Amino acid sequence: MNDDQHQSPPAQGMRVPEKRIAVSRRAFLKGSGLAAAGVTALSAGSLMLPAREALAASFTHLGPDVGKTLLVMARDIFPHDKISDRFYMLAIEPYDAAAAKDPALAKLIADGVAQLNALATAQFGKPYAEVPTETERLTLLYTIEHGAFFQKIKGDMVTGFYNNKAVWPLFGEEGSSWEKGGYVNRGFDDLDWLPKA
Amino acid sequence: MSKTFSKDDNSVVVIVGSGAGGGTLADELTREGVDVVILEAGKHHTQEDFENDEWAMFAKISWLDKRISAGGWHHTETYPNLPAWIVKGVGGSTMHWSGLALRFMAHEFKTLSTYGKVPGANVLDWPISYEELAPYYEIAERKMGVAGTKASGLPPMPPNNHYKVIEAGARKIGYKDIVRPVASNTRPNDGRPACQQIGYCMQGCKIGAKWSTLYSEIPRAMKTGHAELRPQSMVLRIEHDSSGKATGVLYADKDGNQHLQKARVVCVAGNSIESPRLLLNSASSKYPNGLANSSGQVGRNYMNHTTAAALTINPGPVYMYRGFDIAAVVSDEVPNNPDRGFMGGYHLEGLALHLPFAAAFMKPGGWGREVSSALEKFDHMSCVWVCGEDLAQEENSITLHATEKDQHGLPIPIVTKTDHTNDAAMRRHGLGQWRKLSEAVGATRVIDMPPYPASHNMGTNRMSEKARDGVVNKWGQTHDIKNLFVSDGSQFTSSGAANPTLTIVALAIRQAEYIAGAMRRREL
Repeated sequence: MNDDQHQSPPAQGMRVPEKRIAVSRRAFLKGSGLAAAGVTALSAGSLMLPAREALAASFTHLGPDVGKTLLVMARDIFPHDKISDRFYMLAIEPYDAAAAKDPALAKLIADGVAQLNALATAQFGKPYAEVPTETERLTLLYTIEHGAFFQKIKGDMVTGFYNNKAVWPLFGEEGSSWEKGGYVNRGFDDLDWLPKA
Repeated sequence: MSKTFSKDDNSVVVIVGSGAGGGTLADELTREGVDVVILEAGKHHTQEDFENDEWAMFAKISWLDKRISAGGWHHTETYPNLPAWIVKGVGGSTMHWSGLALRFMAHEFKTLSTYGKVPGANVLDWPISYEELAPYYEIAERKMGVAGTKASGLPPMPPNNHYKVIEAGARKIGYKDIVRPVASNTRPNDGRPACQQIGYCMQGCKIGAKWSTLYSEIPRAMKTGHAELRPQSMVLRIEHDSSGKATGVLYADKDGNQHLQKARVVCVAGNSIESPRLLLNSASSKYPNGLANSSGQVGRNYMNHTTAAALTINPGPVYMYRGFDIAAVVSDEVPNNPDRGFMGGYHLEGLALHLPFAAAFMKPGGWGREVSSALEKFDHMSCVWVCGEDLAQEENSITLHATEKDQHGLPIPIVTKTDHTNDAAMRRHGLGQWRKLSEAVGATRVIDMPPYPASHNMGTNRMSEKARDGVVNKWGQTHDIKNLFVSDGSQFTSSGAANPTLTIVALAIRQAEYIAGAMRRREL
C-alpha cells in the first residue's frame, strides 16, 4: 500500500496513523517462519520474503499445490501490492481444516482448482499459479468468475481478508475505539486540508 | 420492581416488540398506570455485549431468520435472503439505528393531495397532518435527547471530519439547509452520558449516549411496576373471540414451548415485515385473509425508501468513522419539486462505514483492482446514503411463502419490491448531486453503491381515513378490530424522505395517550 499521506496535501494538524503493521514477535514467527527476534514493527513489503511454497505447505489436507493456487487467486481477487502473501494466507488457510471435515467443500475446491489449472494449461501451458502475469491470470478468472468455486472464494475473501484486524492499519482503519475513550480527544474534528470558505 | 403478570390476566395490554414503537408505547402506557406485557422475539442484550466490530455485531443482533427478496429490486441478486437489515433483540432496531431524528415535512403527510394520482403507485394522504403530529415530535425530541433541537435543549453535535468535508462540498454547490439532528447526548442527559465520538453507533452505542429503548424506555417502564418484559418470546398468532375482538396472543418461548397470554388490548410493533406477517399468520375462519385485513392492504404498500449510496475518495484523509456515525445531512432536496423529474424529495445523509462494511457494500459481487484500489484510499473516504421518498405500490409487499416454514412452523416472509420509475429518477438525481458535491472539494473518485439491505421498512399496515384504503385509523387502531393496534412504522401511509424512527416514536406517544384515555373511558 502506498504511504499516501505523502501524496496528500499537508495535514500538519491531523492525527494520521502510520500505515504499517505492528507485528508481535510471536505472530511474526508463526506467520513467516523467519527468526526475527527483537523486531517489533516491519513494513509490509519485507513480509513478502517467505516463499509461497513455504506458506502453501501448511495445506496438509488439500495439498500445497491447492494452497498455492488459492493464494495466488486470493491476491488476484483483491490485489494490494504492498500487502504480503502472509495476510492473504490468513484468509484462505481455514479452508484446509474445513475441507477435512466437509467433503462437499473439499470437492468444490479440488474441482475448481483442477478446472482452473486445466484452463491455464490449455492457454498458457502451465498451471494457473505459475502463469506469470496478472493480466493473463485474469483472463482465466474471468472465465470462471460466475461459477460456484470462484464465488465461494471471492465471497469468503470479503470478510476473511478485509475483516482481519491485522490488515486494518494498512488501510488507515483504526478499529475499536471505545476502550480508548473514543475520538473526542483523538482527532474526530482535526481535518485541516479544506480550503477556507 | 419488575412485575410478573399471569398469562390469564386479561386486563393487560400486550405489546409485541420492544423497539422504537413498542418500547416507547410501553414507557408511555406505564406512565399512565396501564399494565403491559412486552413480548420480544429476540434476546436481551446489554451494553456489555456491544463491540466496536461491524461483523461481530451484525452476527449478534441482526434479524437473521430466513426471508426472501423478490421482485425487480437489486436485492434479489445482492442480498437474496437479507432483504432487510434490522435487529432482533430487546430495543429492536433502536440498537442499530443511526440516530438521525428527522421530522417529516408537511406535504409528506398529504402525498395524494400534493402529487395527485401517480400512475403505477398507490399514494394516499395520511389521516393526520403535520400540525397534529408536531406536538408529539416535540415530546419525542425531548425524550430521545435530539441534539440541537429546541425541545431537548441539548447543544448540536460538534462537527467531525466527515461532517466538515460534506458540509464544505454542499455549500460550494449552493446547498444551504445542512442539518444534523441526532439523538445522542451532547451533554449528560436522562441518566445517560455524553457522546465520546466513539463511532460504531450502528453496532450499539457502547456507552449509551445514543438513544435506544433498550436502556431508556424499557427500564423506565419496568421501574413503574406496571411492566413485564419477556425476551425470546416470538408471537405466533393473535387470538380473537367469536365477536372478533382480540383476546390474547400465542407465543413460543426460547425453548419452543407455546404460551397463551391473554390481553385487553394487543399492540403490534414488530417492524414492517413481522407485523403484517403476524396479522396474516393469524388468519382464522372468521378472518380468512388475516386479521384486520378487510381492505386487503395488510402486507401491501411496502416501502423502504428510495436509497442509494456512494463512497467518495477525497484529496486528503478524512477518517470518516471518527465520531458520531451521521455526518452532515443535506435537506435542500427534500421539498417537492417535480421539475427535477420525480415526485417527493430526498436527503443526502453522510453515514460512516468502517473498512469491513465498505468492502462488503461498495460493489457486492465485485472484485479486482476496481475494488481494491478504492479501498486502499479508505482513510480518504466520505460516504453518503441517499434517503428519499418511496412511493407506495400495492404490489410491493410482505407475503407468506407457500411451503417454506421457519423454526416455529410458520411460513417465512417474502419481501417483494420493484422500483417505481419515480424511484429510479430520484436515485439518479441524488447520486448525481453527491458527485457534484464531492467534486467541489476535489474528490478524485466517486463510487456509486447499490442500496444496502433495507433498514427503513414502512407502510405494510398503513393508516387511512377510510377502512377500504388501509389497515389502521389515525390512532394506529385497526379499522376492523377495536382492541388491536399497530404501533410501528408499518402504519406509515407514505415514507417521506425522513429516517422513520422519530416519527414512529411520535406516533407511539400519541397512540399511548389515546389508548390510556380510551381504557379509562372503558371504550377499550
